[in-house]
Amino acid sequence: MNQIKFKIRRYSSATDTAPYWQTFSVETEPGMTVLQGLQQIRERLDATLAWRHSCRMGVCGSCAMIINSEPQLACNTQIQNLSAQMITLEALWNFPVAKDLVPDLMPMFEKHRDIAPYLIRDGGDLPKPGESELRQSPEELNEFLQFSSCIKCGACMAACPTLANDPHFLGPMPLTATHRYNSDSRDTGFSKRKEKMDGHHSIAHCHYAAECTRVCPKGVDPARAIQLMKRDLVLDLFHFSRRSPAQPCDTCATVDHDSLKAPVFTAREKN
Amino acid sequence: MKQITGNSNRIGIWRWLMGGRHGFEGYLYVLHRISGVALLLFLSMHVFFTGSRLLGQETWERLMSMTRGPVFVFLEYLVYCAFIFHAFNGVRLILIELGIAVGRPDHPVFPYRGSIHKQRPLMIVLMIVTGILIALGGFDLLRFPH
Repeated sequence: MNQIKFKIRRYSSATDTAPYWQTFSVETEPGMTVLQGLQQIRERLDATLAWRHSCRMGVCGSCAMIINSEPQLACNTQIQNLSAQMITLEALWNFPVAKDLVPDLMPMFEKHRDIAPYLIRDGGDLPKPGESELRQSPEELNEFLQFSSCIKCGACMAACPTLANDPHFLGPMPLTATHRYNSDSRDTGFSKRKEKMDGHHSIAHCHYAAECTRVCPKGVDPARAIQLMKRDLVLDLFHFSRRSPAQPCDTCATVDHDSLKAPVFTAREKN
Repeated sequence: MKQITGNSNRIGIWRWLMGGRHGFEGYLYVLHRISGVALLLFLSMHVFFTGSRLLGQETWERLMSMTRGPVFVFLEYLVYCAFIFHAFNGVRLILIELGIAVGRPDHPVFPYRGSIHKQRPLMIVLMIVTGILIALGGFDLLRFPH
């Protein structure tokens, strides 16, 4: 057992006028994560401490916070790896604070919604399952697969030095989502999203500090997505045609969706 | 949903100044902004100094005599450093922003090696050239007396 200090920036938008720092002493053991340290504080020292978490395995992205001045997932960060006797914790930078370590992520999700983060098809809806399908080669899949791993934890938004000074800047997460859909061969929404990409507070304000890529817990590489999107905009400016969008293949063998359903067993059948 | 309006927690320019918490590219980002502002200030001063010729020969010569002092020469050297850094880092940014040096999308397999590692050889080469030119300029500009 080793004693580590947790210095936490506390604030409640309902009761406090300004944030303040509070220090707790936590008993740690090898393999213990920052999230487990926070749970120990809430169970033994202060039940009012607030943070957000869900999966505890680096999948949901809920527990992103500033750990020793670096945006990280609390569940993915082992205390002994920090090599410090004092761990400072803050809510994610560049977001309003709801309470203690809980940021209000709504500004990020509103920007995300604005860039139309879904497949857009000119002239109608996507083919209905079972009737037709849009074929995609492994190479076409690789164009966006990396960017679809985003768990929307907000770590990139907290690390971005441009967003730190310009709250209207779209930020790494929404811009990566934009490129994820633009580079999907099934999508034809580039021209619709172009207005957002080209506008003020958008990709022209990114100058590759690459902090977003450095802190991303899932290896999504938002900085790469943004630069590739800039290239696409330049190509579009000079009227170089982008790849032709995938067309519905009516003659392709379609998946029998009924066969994919999990079989339902009754208790009698199981026995 | 109700938006929280209490503590914005936006750290502003402090994010630029927090030493030790950036990657190398983060420091280049900060230096690029600082050198850009420095060059803009120099340009304004340059226009002012050269414009003083309109005020007559005497004013012009008085201002020119100011520029020969060691402080001014050192400031001139800093402008030269800012120019060299801004130019070569600018070349790196142009190449990166055209998607040339960041590589193709890759499977995110831990340990992640993304665009930062892809562009690093380019960055190292350009920063070595920057360092050599700054050193050569230093030998030439800082030799006193001129």
